[in-house]
Amino acid sequence: MRFGVVVFPGSNCDYDCYFAIKQWVSSSVEFIWHKSTRLNTYDCIVLPGGFSYGDYLRTGAIARFSPVMDNVIKYAENGGLVIGICNGFQILLESGLLPGAMLRNTSLRFVCKYITLRTVTTRTPFTASLKKGEVLSVPIAHNEGNYYIDEKGLEELQKNSQIVFQYCDADGAVSDSSNPNGSLLNIAGICSKRGNILGMMPHPERCCDPLLGSIDGLKIFQSITESFKKMQTA
Amino acid sequence: MEKIVITPQIVEEHGLTPEEYGHILTILNREPTITELGVFSVMWSEHCSYKNSRFWLKKFPTTGPAVMVKAGDENAGIIDIGDGLAVSFKIESHNHPSAVEPFQGAATGIGGIIRDIFTMGARPVALMNSLRFGKLNEPNVKRLFDGVVRGIAHYGNCIGIPTVGGEVYFDPTYQGNPLVNVFCLGILKHEDITLGRAEGVGNSVYYLGATTGRDGIHGATFASVELTEESEERKSSVQVGDPFMEKLLLEACLELLQTDAVVGIQDMGAAGLTCSTCETASRGNSGIKIELDYVPQRETHMTPYEILLSESQERMLVIVKKGKEQEVEDIFEKWDLHASKIGEVTDDGIMRVFFKGEQVVEIPAKAIAEDAPLYQRSYKEPAYYKKLKALDLDAVKEPNDYNTVLQKLLADPTIADKHWVYEQYDHMVITNTAVLPGKADAAVIRLKETDKLLSMTTDCNGRYCYLDPYIGGMIAVAEAARNIVCTGAVPLGITDCLNFGNPMKEEIFWQFKNCVLGISDACKSFGIPVTGGNVSFYNENPDGAVDPTPVIGMVGLIQNSDYVTTAGFKQIGDEIFLIGPIQSNIGGSEYLSIIHSIKGGALPEFDVELEKRVQSCCLELIRQRSIKSAHDCSEGGLVVAVAESCILGSGQKLKLGVSIVLENISGRIDGILFGERQSRIVVSAAPKMADALIKAGKKHNVPVTRLGVVTQETISWTVNGKKVIDQPVKESAQNWKGEIERMLS
Amino acid sequence: MKFKAAVVVTLKESVLDPQGVTIKEALHHMRYNQIESVRLGKFVEISLDASSAENAEKLVHETCRKLLVNQVIETYKLQALSPVSQKEA
Repeated sequence: MRFGVVVFPGSNCDYDCYFAIKQWVSSSVEFIWHKSTRLNTYDCIVLPGGFSYGDYLRTGAIARFSPVMDNVIKYAENGGLVIGICNGFQILLESGLLPGAMLRNTSLRFVCKYITLRTVTTRTPFTASLKKGEVLSVPIAHNEGNYYIDEKGLEELQKNSQIVFQYCDADGAVSDSSNPNGSLLNIAGICSKRGNILGMMPHPERCCDPLLGSIDGLKIFQSITESFKKMQTA
Repeated sequence: MEKIVITPQIVEEHGLTPEEYGHILTILNREPTITELGVFSVMWSEHCSYKNSRFWLKKFPTTGPAVMVKAGDENAGIIDIGDGLAVSFKIESHNHPSAVEPFQGAATGIGGIIRDIFTMGARPVALMNSLRFGKLNEPNVKRLFDGVVRGIAHYGNCIGIPTVGGEVYFDPTYQGNPLVNVFCLGILKHEDITLGRAEGVGNSVYYLGATTGRDGIHGATFASVELTEESEERKSSVQVGDPFMEKLLLEACLELLQTDAVVGIQDMGAAGLTCSTCETASRGNSGIKIELDYVPQRETHMTPYEILLSESQERMLVIVKKGKEQEVEDIFEKWDLHASKIGEVTDDGIMRVFFKGEQVVEIPAKAIAEDAPLYQRSYKEPAYYKKLKALDLDAVKEPNDYNTVLQKLLADPTIADKHWVYEQYDHMVITNTAVLPGKADAAVIRLKETDKLLSMTTDCNGRYCYLDPYIGGMIAVAEAARNIVCTGAVPLGITDCLNFGNPMKEEIFWQFKNCVLGISDACKSFGIPVTGGNVSFYNENPDGAVDPTPVIGMVGLIQNSDYVTTAGFKQIGDEIFLIGPIQSNIGGSEYLSIIHSIKGGALPEFDVELEKRVQSCCLELIRQRSIKSAHDCSEGGLVVAVAESCILGSGQKLKLGVSIVLENISGRIDGILFGERQSRIVVSAAPKMADALIKAGKKHNVPVTRLGVVTQETISWTVNGKKVIDQPVKESAQNWKGEIERMLS
Repeated sequence: MKFKAAVVVTLKESVLDPQGVTIKEALHHMRYNQIESVRLGKFVEISLDASSAENAEKLVHETCRKLLVNQVIETYKLQALSPVSQKEA
């Protein structure tokens, strides 16, 4: 399986994703420069975290117009696997590949810490190997992770089971006190209707290495490779 | 342009003395132009030339078997860490800009220190900051504290370099004059060391990065007015940082260094284009010729004086080999960066600057960069020194209720947990952070693709340095080393940021001289080289100078991850030991300051030889894997150190407590509990390891005392048969963790 | 009397506006080469009660100086100030 990690000007988790995939997922992985337009050789595209274009104007707003994005959109529409992490999630929202928008955290402060996530659905290739309701310990690091969508949009999300992760407490209970940023319904990650595009604020690439404290992030990458294997043999 | 006649008043307004001006006349053999006067004034400022401090800074030991680039030779020093790798690190102050505009002041401080590191060819991988403010209940202090933290977060998070550690102190001495010291560490391969040199006649001089505006031009007030006849409004001295631009610069420069097209790189930091051109030329034993018309400008009608002295951020000077220009320009283009060839390296040793075809500067580069004045300032022991030292501490009444004292100390913002601060910083990006902030006495990052890890810390107690500058300076080094050792590391080197008041005042200079000697003697005794640093004078507010605050940034090496040790207790039933002396007086302590509102007393006895033995003993025990936690005793003394180890070891559900019983204790109980004697480390170990600890103590000739055992729920201390402390861990944790947020909300 | 004021806060002209510069560059990449410069600011709408237009204006300026504007780096313009009828308010 071949992963491609897109590098926008200002991406800063690009190398972290690359390293985690290479070191711990044992898959082949390459960087994709944001001016590049050829994506068809990759099996999964990663839009990494960071501050693309300084996050000036709005997070992800300028990156969305990078040359590579037209092709990412085509790639995704053809059913290709795309995972957007943190800033990558924000870019997916700005580009319309996923519904909704990000507001500033209700604390109006950047927040970096470990949180716990509840796996809401295992219907996506990104969560297929997890158990429904499984609690993952994964770090967040963002200023704008307060997910917002209008009522109609939210109904759609729920109806199509597009909510993939919710912030929860250590026992898996979803409550206001376990919401780190004010996100609607504690939403931490959503997918497209078809399930081939995942956007999530927490950083799975930061917790793939036992030395760093948690390896729960690795489970998401492993789910991707296992799902891919199944898709190949099916 | 009209020629300006240099009057004594203009000279004075440039901060130059008549003698210094005389020296300029000798060097030039003529009167300088106003632009040349500006060049001399910034290059011979304390900030660039260290003219008042250099004599004493030479006392620092700067060499060692692992030192690859020495202090003062380049933007930052470099130390070998084996495996073909090296580290480059430096600390710098941004106190005055942060006092004027805390957000941008702190942000641009981060930007500057990062540039210092990547110009050496190193990839910056960690930031720390050492911050000091007045009392946190003051509204203006809250504003400064909040602004500085946001500024650091803004810049560091955006550029993607984790802020892994640091310290924050709150003390009235810093009221109105906060200290914002920023530290950056980078990693490089030996072959990638890059120097800030302009060599090779005909090589091209490139200007790279953001455009030049009028920001940061301090100089004399008349300068902009008379030269441009513009209003005050235009002389903005606040620089705005652009972390996105710097991220591009960082990536482009590191990519450039992988080619063989680059001769040297220099950051345009303080004194901007002036400093970067004459320093690179001087180091390369060359001359340099630049044309200001090619400098990208953000504002109109800028004069040569303004262009040369501007301190606009995120700009670099790159010296490119003749014929390799295209290769370099392609890389700039790839990163969407604007680069402009502004001149070339010459062989006449002269810095020449042209503007609209006219030569506006012609100065021998070496003369400005290296012939700066050097002063031996006079000094005098301050009147307070003997008085405070002789203060009768026996007259201080011992409190009846030690529980309240403990809670007050845990909630003292200087001692309290700083998660409110570090959770605003991205401390995990680059995925090297092996120990999360606050969990150990120093930050620990791993080095990918090796077994090794690095440990780093910043330390200084300004109050100790005020009460006894020489011992205070030694303690700053000793405590930093102790913190490094507690994580399982061996110290490699230090960088210092010396924050003092006005050096023209003899009593201030006495503090400076003695702190420097203390640091220097401690470094020599420990065998740790100083690899660079920064001096910040004139830190004063209307009430006087800040406490002398020579902040030590120290870096250590951990051989493998098995040695990484954190501060929290690990398991119920483990035994707790103190490595080092148990007796202490209360002189200079946080306890004396917070509980009794006294700043004074003689500091507890300090013996650097004992300190070294304590550290060797602790390190040996860590390497034998005999101990499970190590935490040094600092502000708040023994009880606070033990309470912190309880809280850090506790999870959401299980709370670890202690039962400590001390017998045959003589002297003041508050000294034992809260005194801040140095050379003390609280460790925990499985019961079967007790013998190994006692044996190690004997071997290293240091006292090792069994304090008690790890329990749950309660912190309990019994001294001479009397229970003096009995507190739920939960309540202590709430006070320690929640106080800063409570005060700010 | 009720008033509504519109204030625009921008960075002072001499202060670098990294956001504006980056947006301009992005627009150029999108081939909007006619764009010469972009400066980003904040728009603040204030509803207030004052005895006269003159007092309202005074109050708005005061709040700008005291809180809304960081005069070290920012400047502002009072773009509009108009009375609001009770019904609208």
